[in-house]
Amino acid sequence: MYQVALKMLFGDLAKYLGLVFGVAFSTLLVNQQAGIFVGLITRGGSLIQDIPEADIWVMDPGVKNLDTSFPLRDTELARVRGATGLDWAVPFFKSTVTVRTANGELEGGLLLGLDDTTLIGIPQKFVLGSLEDLRPPDAVAVSAEAYRRIWPGEKPVQGKVLELNDRRAVVMAVVDARPQFTSSLTFYARYSRALMYAPTGRNKLSFILAKSVPGTDLQTVCDEIHRRTGLKALTSEQFRWKCIEYILKNTGIPVSFAAVIGLGIIVGVAIVGLLLNLLILENLRQYAALKAIGTRNSKLVKMVLLQALVVGGVGYGIGLGAAASFFEFAGNNDPNFKGFYLPWQVAAGSAALDGSIMILSALFSLRKVLFVDPAVVFRG
Amino acid sequence: MLLATKKAHAASAHSSSNLAAVCRGIEKSFGSGETRVPVLRGVDLEIPAGQITLLMGPSGCGKTTLISSLAGLLTPDAGRIEVLGTDLTRLKGGKLVDFRATHLGFVFQQFNLLTALNAEENAGVPLLVQGYSMSHARKTARDLLVRLGLGKHLDKHANQLSGGQQQRVAIARALVHSPQLVICDEPTAALDAEAGQTVMKLLCELALDGKRAVIVVTHDHRIESFAHRIYRMADGKIVRMENRVDSQQPSREHTES
Repeated sequence: MYQVALKMLFGDLAKYLGLVFGVAFSTLLVNQQAGIFVGLITRGGSLIQDIPEADIWVMDPGVKNLDTSFPLRDTELARVRGATGLDWAVPFFKSTVTVRTANGELEGGLLLGLDDTTLIGIPQKFVLGSLEDLRPPDAVAVSAEAYRRIWPGEKPVQGKVLELNDRRAVVMAVVDARPQFTSSLTFYARYSRALMYAPTGRNKLSFILAKSVPGTDLQTVCDEIHRRTGLKALTSEQFRWKCIEYILKNTGIPVSFAAVIGLGIIVGVAIVGLLLNLLILENLRQYAALKAIGTRNSKLVKMVLLQALVVGGVGYGIGLGAAASFFEFAGNNDPNFKGFYLPWQVAAGSAALDGSIMILSALFSLRKVLFVDPAVVFRG
Repeated sequence: MLLATKKAHAASAHSSSNLAAVCRGIEKSFGSGETRVPVLRGVDLEIPAGQITLLMGPSGCGKTTLISSLAGLLTPDAGRIEVLGTDLTRLKGGKLVDFRATHLGFVFQQFNLLTALNAEENAGVPLLVQGYSMSHARKTARDLLVRLGLGKHLDKHANQLSGGQQQRVAIARALVHSPQLVICDEPTAALDAEAGQTVMKLLCELALDGKRAVIVVTHDHRIESFAHRIYRMADGKIVRMENRVDSQQPSREHTES
């Protein structure tokens, strides 16, 4: 009888394709929007992910995210270094800068000051040059996106000169940096040099990056730093989630994406529910005939559920494939989508959602099948 | 578990009687209170095995309600229905459905073929319901359809067949699982005179071949010649029974009470 169920489904090609389209469209919308949402908010912590060497970030107690740092006294570095369980601690500077592009236009960017000795704080993947190329006085590294925006259409080469806050800088390296929430243009210079590009007040230190001794409990070390210095010390993961949380709570992004995702679900339910209902209604007399011939209600339920799951499976596969293709294509061709991907949790969640929609739609439509009077086939 | 094994039990249960079905004092009403409408008012009926029994009467006299009750699709308010030795009023739920699947065959007025299946697949549906494979169902159905003159139309769908051809597919569907009682509701109503005669001839040949009982609800007087017994109904009662097995016997008339 399952073969009969599938033949009944495929026999009405228009409705079958309509059902598949409805599921595919809903799946595409939900996965694409959810994937973009995840990619966008995780940019709030992408700078932290670009510095895997450090597993502890130390900051002013009032700091809520990466964009709102408050300068620390230089002496705090020494106090942090005295905490038990730390392997090393280095200074990290962060400021905004203005850069003039080759077209004469101005772009806003982020300037990061790296520890003069170790240069910790720069992404580890170099598109051009290396760490050693940052030793010369005016040497800076730029993110690949920064290079593209400043010199559009040009292949990266060493020696390009630019102005950071009206001061000369020479590009000696290009790094593959994760795009950030506020800016994709990132510049990296030695700490001492960065202070010259972006002069600050009396206190200059934005953050202290630290690494715990292998085998020690991270939270214990963080607590020790706080106890010793009064500063806020968070693990990298904690700080990353704090940055994401800040975006979630203080921007309209979650509501905006939730609205689109909700619409996608509603459209899917509407199309699928309507068409499945129509499919069953138009075949109601045939279902009544099957009941009269001796098909149990339980078998009819399984037949309809099979139809729903086949539609759901095919539609989900097409929708998911389209969403994955979108991220693959966009990620490779549009720098604005760099770092966006389709998390498996989103795909799994939308699979569960699709399955629920199909089953609920089928069960709703099944009422008519279960309660149809088989004696109706005896009436003309 | 295939339902066919249950068939043997039922067959042995009624083998001692020549009656495929017996109805005693069947009453059925619809609605309640002031809108209650009595449709069957104490119907007594016997359907002999190996014979064609016609059930005739004007529209609204209760013919459809009676055969629906006989098929186990409606539960009478009173009375007893015994089909192939089994009291249908005592069967409930899945057991009643399984009984119908195993022992009864149906020919409907509107054919009610599944539009997504071809002739061979449609005719094999009762075997699929019983759990047989599609290949077995198609093979068994094919043999029947060939006997019904549809050997060249096996792969055609309902919308590609004429009315008479569709009804022949329906007959094959009604007989493919070798039921012992075949219930036909206006099998010739949607057909022209010639097609109707052909369908009845084939039905008689194939149905009675296995000593099956066939009950036909009809308005069509042209098919009276096929009947061994005719029940005439009016106002929810059997008013007349004509036994044509032995034409010498006078017909039994039921008086209204």
